[in-house]
Order: sequence, then structure tokens, then C-alpha cells
Amino acid sequence: MESLLHITTLHYLVLGAALFLLGVIGVLTRRNVVIVLMSIELILNAVNLNLIAFSRFWGGVHGQIFAIFVITDAAAEAAVGLGILIAFFRNKETVNVDEVNLLKW
Amino acid sequence: MTEFMRYISGYLTSDKTPGGAGNMFWACVYILLVFAGVSVGVICMNWLERKILAHMQVRLGPMRVGPHGLLQPFADALKLLLKEDIIPAEADLVIFWSAPFIVDLAAFTVFVVVPFGPTHAITDMNIGILFMLGVSSLSVLGIVMAGWASNSHYPLIGALRSSAQMVSYEVAMGLSVVSAILMTSMNDTGTGTLSMIGIVQQQLIQKEWFIFKFFPLGLIAFFIFAVAMVAETNRAPFDLAEAESELTAGFHTEYSGFRWSLFFLAEYGAMMAVSSIAVTLWLGGWLRPFPNLLAGTTWDQIFSYFPGVAFLLLGAICFYNVARMPKHPYFRIQTIGLAVFGVVLALVGLVLFIPAVSVRIQDIFWFSAKVAAFMYLYIWYRGTFPRYRFDQLMRMGWKVLLPLGLGVLILTAGVGLLQIRS
Amino acid sequence: MNPVAEPALATPFFFYLLSGLMLIGGILVITRKNAVHSALALIVTLLAQSAIYLMLYAPFVAGVQIILYAGGIMVLFLFVIMLVNIDRALKERQFNRQWLVGMAAATALGGLFIAVYARGKAIFPERILTTAEGNNTQRVADMLYGPYMFAFEIASLLLLVAIIGAVVMAKKRI
Repeated sequence: MESLLHITTLHYLVLGAALFLLGVIGVLTRRNVVIVLMSIELILNAVNLNLIAFSRFWGGVHGQIFAIFVITDAAAEAAVGLGILIAFFRNKETVNVDEVNLLKW
Repeated sequence: MTEFMRYISGYLTSDKTPGGAGNMFWACVYILLVFAGVSVGVICMNWLERKILAHMQVRLGPMRVGPHGLLQPFADALKLLLKEDIIPAEADLVIFWSAPFIVDLAAFTVFVVVPFGPTHAITDMNIGILFMLGVSSLSVLGIVMAGWASNSHYPLIGALRSSAQMVSYEVAMGLSVVSAILMTSMNDTGTGTLSMIGIVQQQLIQKEWFIFKFFPLGLIAFFIFAVAMVAETNRAPFDLAEAESELTAGFHTEYSGFRWSLFFLAEYGAMMAVSSIAVTLWLGGWLRPFPNLLAGTTWDQIFSYFPGVAFLLLGAICFYNVARMPKHPYFRIQTIGLAVFGVVLALVGLVLFIPAVSVRIQDIFWFSAKVAAFMYLYIWYRGTFPRYRFDQLMRMGWKVLLPLGLGVLILTAGVGLLQIRS
Repeated sequence: MNPVAEPALATPFFFYLLSGLMLIGGILVITRKNAVHSALALIVTLLAQSAIYLMLYAPFVAGVQIILYAGGIMVLFLFVIMLVNIDRALKERQFNRQWLVGMAAATALGGLFIAVYARGKAIFPERILTTAEGNNTQRVADMLYGPYMFAFEIASLLLLVAIIGAVVMAKKRI
């Protein structure tokens, strides 16, 4: 009980790991491309949480800088990914990942 | 019990905001006061908008409901509460219900950091201005949800246009805000601040309102923000997305009764919120006019009479209109009502002359007066300017305001560097 | 670097409330049929995460998270969902055929996490925070425009490339 009430680094790491797992499950099991992209955002956020938790406990701001860069990167990647989605949707009229099979033998 | 009384009275002698002092009781009191104040402001804005627009268009506006239409907002509120609540078929109920609340949340949460005085804010976050920009950008989500959940094409087009416009002008707003933040670091230590109270204190320390700093850079930054904030709140002349003649009513077409009044509350609340940002960043917040040009205790004394004089003036206007009322038995109740209203205003004015009250009310009065001036500007724009077409709107946001904002930022940084070097 | 006993860093109440919100939001993101509901659940998750950043004494990153992630990226997602949302997709199968393998892989990953945390619990630092919270923005700025200047410029170049790429790909005729 004592270890549940005293919030330590481990609590934040476990939370980050749980979010990461949820994101991985989303990426691996969903068919809708947009939801896959949102699960990738979940993964990136879990990583951010880890970075900032460690930045807090080491005292410097390096983790926060890295987290800002990860957010920037996530924005760029979301924009490009959604652009690809729109381009593909215009051709194939579907948003399911397993129907992207034009190169399948 | 005495512990509790000590908890309450212990805050009254501290010089920090309730959030800074960690006093939950007073923080809740301040939250309730701000909420009540904004709601009263929205009610007044309803009446003021209709009257001022009417007088600009050489007509009278609402005159019937109370004396000179003073009870019109209450009649409107009653009507909206009693209206039938229509929900379109196949509308996504969860999103339909939560959209007005999200827009309201975004509009009201901004007031957590708005500084009415050096210690009169609910809290003073270190990242105050960043928090305000971020939370006001959450209202775009509410609008998109409202348009989507209505399951009808007018709201959808209106919502997409509204949100595209808001997102575009947020960029220009952000750049002009960064210029103002840059000006806070032009002091001895070279340290700027993002906290709202800190920004106004820097204007006091640097003896210059930021609108006049590095003339004309502060002025141009202020103009960019003034234009962007009108576009951000979807008000004329940038209200294509919700104008009645263009798109029925945009994203809130399918909302009726109480839900529509939530959008109305959010719109005027957001107007007051961005006006508060403009006042804090450029117009000196709670500082009285000319704090350095006309300094000294006598000038302080003279300026401290302004709140009382303002309310006495309003009372005098009421009495003048009482004298002009038609002398007909049908108007007796209205005449008496207006006279009572005038007496109340005059009493408030007299109370504000008492030194104990006047000292406390000074900062709040000047801040509210400046925000009220911005509200008048909003109504003035609505009565004067024709509407922008949507492509003209987007062109101006991206091709005019954004380069201008960048230019002002670079020039401010350059001039600031030169000033520090010399 | 001996572990020092530290006072509670966060009120456990707020931590559990916010982490519960985040996990519920995360579960809703990956299980909803309607993509708009998933997007809204993700917004809830992001806002709760921003509050957790505030608890971890990172106010600047919390503000950036609200502005960029919740107010920018999620609006982009909602726009695209509205553009490509087809009613037919709501009636189709939501989970793909290899969902079992996916769950197995995720379980294996979870097991790996548990093993790592159990093994390395002793080395997680418990230092006392030695710097004041007030100037977090200033310290971030000093770092960002000092040692990490190159990464900052590269990030802005990356954003430029992403903007051009997204515009080109979403255009009808180039």
C-alpha cells in the first residue's frame, strides 16, 4: 500500500509502458488507417512520458528538449501520413489497411 | 473553527494570487467571481450589441421590454430556455451534446490566468500566455465536433470553414504575441517572462506600454493581434461561416434553445478572453493611463476618482433619459424602472468614492474599462465593415498577416539587440 | 548515487485520476468503430497527459503539448476523418485477420517490459530536485538555443519538408 501511495519514477514508467502497449495493439490489429495513425501517436506520447519522467528525476531539461523534438516530429509525420492517406483514398475509395494490396502477387 | 477562519483570513494579507499561495478556498471564490463577472458581461454585451448596432444604423433597437430595452437579455434568456430542444435525426448524440461544452470550456478556462490586478488573478502560471493560446485553440475542436455531429451539410461546411479560419489566424496571433513577449526582456537583467502578471509588471518597470514600444513595431504587432483576434472569434467582418445570409447559421444551425445559448456564451466569452490578452500584452493591463508621464500622488488621486465618476455619469445619463420619457400612463412603470436603475448606478458610483473601496477597485476598474473598449470596437466593426469572402479571408491570414508578423518579430529582435548592445 | 528517500512528488489522487483517464482514453482509441470517437478519446488522453507533464514540473512541454498536439494535430486528424469517412466502413470488420498474432506480439512486449522493470528497479534514480521550478522555460530556451541549436534548425527544416510533402500529396493536380 505504501508503494502505491508514494509516486515514484516507476509509476510513470509503468504508465508509459501501458500506453505504449495500447498503441502497439492498435497498430497491429485495426483495419482503419486513421486509427492506426492515431495509435502511432499514442506510442509517441508514451515515449514522451518516459522522457519527461526521467528528465524530472535526473534534474536536467534534456529530456524535455527531446520531448519537444518528438512532438515536432509527430506533427510532421501525422501531416505526411494523412497526405498519403488522402492520396490513396482518392484512388481506391477505401480506408482499410489490408486493401492496400496493389503490389500483391 | 478558528483554524478555518485563520485559513481564510491568512490569505487577505498575502501578496500572491490564490493559486500562488495555495489557498483553495480563495481560489474557488475568485473562480466564482470571474465566472459571474463574465456571465454578467455576456448579458450586458447582448443588450449593448443590439442597441449600439441599432444606433449606428439610425434606428432605436429594443425599446419595449424594459426601459430602453434593458430587460431584453433576460427575455432572450427566458425564451432560449423555454424553446423546444430539437436534435436532428441520426445525429451523433455523444458528440452533439458535448460540442457546446467543449467550446464553453475552452472559452472560460482562459480566464484562470487573466490578471485583473497584481494579485487579482485566480493563479499566475509561469507559462500564462502559452496556456492561454493553447486553451483558446481547443475551441476549434468543439466547432468541428458541432458541425460534424449535426449530420447536415450547412453545419458541416460552416464548421470546416470556421475551423480553417481559426487555425489560420492562430498562427498570426502567435507571432504577434511572441513579439510582445520579446519586449518583456528589454530590462536590466535581460530576462523575459511568459506569466501574465509578469508581462504587465514589465510594462510598469520599463515605463512604457508595449503598444508604444519601439514605435511603430509595437503598434503593428498590436494591429496584427487585433485583426487576428476578430477572425479568431468568428466575428464580423470575418463571420462568413456563421452569417445568416450565407450559410443559414454555420456550425450551430442545428442547435436550438439552451444549446445555442451555450454557443452564444462561448462566443462572447472568447471575445472577452482574447480582448484580455490584448489588453494585458499591449495596453498595460491594470495600469492606469499615463503611469509615468503623469506620475505622482496628486495624479494618482485624480485617477482614483475615475471609477466613481464613471458610474455617476452613467446614473446621470439614466436620469436624463427619465426626463425625456413620454409623459403617458403607459410609460409609468418604465419611467420608474429607469429611475431606479439610475439611482442604483449613482449609489454604486458614490460607494466607489470611499477610499477603502477605491483602493481595491482601481486595478479591476481600469482592466475592465479597457476590455470594455475592445468590446465596443467589436460591435463597431460589425456595424461598419462588409463581410470578407472566404478566399479573401484565407489570403489575408496567410499572405498578409503571417509575413507581417514575421517581419515585426525579426525587427523587434533586431532593435532589441541594438538597444542591449548600446 | 544512493537512492535518497524523497517526499511524495505528486498527490497520488491526481496521478491515479489522470493516469486512469489516459488509459481509458487509450483503450477507447483502439476499440471504437467510429473514427471520430477515437479521435475524441485521443484528445482526452493528450489533455490528461499534458496535466501529468505539469505534475512532473515540465510546464513548458505541457503548454506545447496542448497547443501542438491537442489543438493542432488532432484538428488535422478530425479534418481528414471528415474527408475520408465513409459509412460503408462503419459496417465492415473493424479488426484485421491477424489480430491474434498482434495480441500475442503485444503480450510478449509486455512481458519484456515487466522483466526489464523488475530487473532494473534498483537503478531508477530518486534524486531530490535541486533546481527551482520557476525558470523552466528559461532553462529550456538556454538548452534549445545553445547546445541543441543544430537539432532545432534541422527540426524546422523537417517541418518545411513535411509541409511541402503533405501539400503535394494531397493536391488533385500537381
